[in-house]
Amino acid sequence: MLEITDLHAGIGDREILKGISLSVSAGEVHAIMGPNGSGKSTLAQVLAGHPGYEVTSGTATYDGEDLLALPPEERAQKGIFLAFQYPVEIPGVTNAYFLRAAFNEIRKSKGLEEMDPMEFRDLVEERLRLVDMDPDMLTRAVNAGFSGGEKKRNEILQMAVLGPRLAILDETDSGLDIDALRVVAHGVNSLRRPDNATIVVTHYQRLLNYIVPDRVHVLAGGRIVKSGGKDLALELEARGYDWLVEAAPAGVAGAGV
Amino acid sequence: MTVQAFLDEFTAFAADGGREPAWLLPVRRAAIERFRELGFPTTHNEDWHFTSAAPIAEAAFVPLSGGGDVRAADLEPFTFGDASWTQLVFVNGRYAPDLSSVAGLPGRVRVASLADALREGVPAVRERLTSLASSDHGAFVALNTALFVDGAFVHVPANVVVAHPIHLLFIADADAAAGASHPRTLIVADHHAQATIVESYVAIGDPLYFMNPVTEVVLGDGAQVTHLRVQRESERAFHVGTSQAHQARDSRYSSFSFATGAALSRTNIYTVLAGAGGEATLNGLYMADGSQHVDHQTRIEHIAPNCTSHEVYKGVLDGAAHGVFNGKVYVHPEAQKTDGKQTNNNLLLSPDAHVDTKPQLEIFADDVKCTHGATVGQLDEIALFYLRSRGLAADDAKTLLTYAFAADVVQRIDEPSVRQALETLARERFVGAATAGVG
Repeated sequence: MLEITDLHAGIGDREILKGISLSVSAGEVHAIMGPNGSGKSTLAQVLAGHPGYEVTSGTATYDGEDLLALPPEERAQKGIFLAFQYPVEIPGVTNAYFLRAAFNEIRKSKGLEEMDPMEFRDLVEERLRLVDMDPDMLTRAVNAGFSGGEKKRNEILQMAVLGPRLAILDETDSGLDIDALRVVAHGVNSLRRPDNATIVVTHYQRLLNYIVPDRVHVLAGGRIVKSGGKDLALELEARGYDWLVEAAPAGVAGAGV
Repeated sequence: MTVQAFLDEFTAFAADGGREPAWLLPVRRAAIERFRELGFPTTHNEDWHFTSAAPIAEAAFVPLSGGGDVRAADLEPFTFGDASWTQLVFVNGRYAPDLSSVAGLPGRVRVASLADALREGVPAVRERLTSLASSDHGAFVALNTALFVDGAFVHVPANVVVAHPIHLLFIADADAAAGASHPRTLIVADHHAQATIVESYVAIGDPLYFMNPVTEVVLGDGAQVTHLRVQRESERAFHVGTSQAHQARDSRYSSFSFATGAALSRTNIYTVLAGAGGEATLNGLYMADGSQHVDHQTRIEHIAPNCTSHEVYKGVLDGAAHGVFNGKVYVHPEAQKTDGKQTNNNLLLSPDAHVDTKPQLEIFADDVKCTHGATVGQLDEIALFYLRSRGLAADDAKTLLTYAFAADVVQRIDEPSVRQALETLARERFVGAATAGVG
């Protein structure tokens, strides 16, 4: 489904991703772990099409198509979803309006009619239950004044409504207490299907107790320095990252991106 | 139009003024004298520093005197609410009784054309007209005072609550081309009266004309007036509008100015908190593109103690539009315990759009709480990416964020039908317009 080959990307003159290669197939969950500043979030944002990052070389294909040539909205319309590490507040736009606009844009791109508002409301109410959110959230402005946990749940709600084929969760676990973590993980697991895939970007192993990965990759210094099965996450939890980072080439240092 | 042309117009007008009450002519003469002295303001004038009146001063206008071919169906895009609304319609400056509806008003409430009220010798008109907006307000108010032909008169007697809004609709059509009009409106809310008045300036087509309206609003003790002003003039028009309110004790004046039309517009919204315990809310939204120039001047004068004023103005400017906001809050020495808050936020959608914003506080009392602030910014790139990452096209994301910025202030309008109508206008204002330079 997703094929990344020797991807280099950065901001301005600063290269952050220094040759990432990764292959994700339908039905799989991949975890990307690594210390702060390793390039995890950059990879997530580059895949979603953040205009602030420049891809300098390498390729990324999605279902055989050149992903990097597509603007962010077309990636979304083709089924890529990024759950933001820091969801953006949009005062003046209600959650309900935003969800419906996004949902219908994606339908429109597939040549489908807009969904009937009543039918859509039923869908949203069902998905709200999946992430244990109060329907009142729909009438509030997108993320405005939401707590950290509410914002993360709201990301998963959007994911649940939009039904992506490739979901990328960028540190969705950070700042969540254990109850919220369970709710979020339950939401993600409920949405798993044989024809979709999930990339979980995280600093900590604990989310992976709930969302069990098929593959774990350790990112350090802008490169994948180790890949393995789910046991690798446990090993990282026990040993930390230093043993891998020290083995990695120089250039790891750098602020969190 | 030169100053002299307006002076000549007055000479002809005064010679023909036989149908007016005798007291008005000296007032008009004083006003035209004042206009002669002042002439049109130049950018050397502090209040006109960012707005040049030269396009008005140099154009050749003739007095606008009615005509027009406006049918009831033509009004539909400009009306709010339903048939229960009282509506006075003025076509090219003249009252159009056939298009107006004054039925269903509570007893003793008067909504009429000012010309009719003057002819009838209504006492409130004699007492109040020109008492608030005087020659001190500068050349344009003086010109209006000298030359006004018609406008609206609204009188809500003491303790009367008018449930439905009253709409004063000033419409221009092709016959307004090259005309100048100076509508004059007087709104009197006696003690503990309540009313909502919507004043609209709109056009059919794109005639070039000069609209110079002046509105005076008198609020008695405990009166509550909501005054919504909608400026959607023709894209080639010039609009200089002044509204002056005077608030007695415990009165509440709530003003909203929505300005999206005209090539050049200047809107002055002034109020005086003359009695203790008064409350003034002055909000507004201006949205302009192309080469439009949109200027708002507001002045809140705190004369009495224990009064509150709140002000939020927002501006959205695209293309090479130029916005101006100048908000003054004067707190007189006697106005202790004043609580004043003023904000002006601007969104620039294009590198060629610009805004000059100048919030001003002048405080002569020592026990007050006053704040002010202004911002100028662009659309948030991260927010745009967020919306696009959910499938919204770049242009739709920009439109949505722009609307969200504007909606915040529109949502402060209490009257639901007007709020919804202005939300729609705000949402559609820049749809399809060039938003080059963003993203």
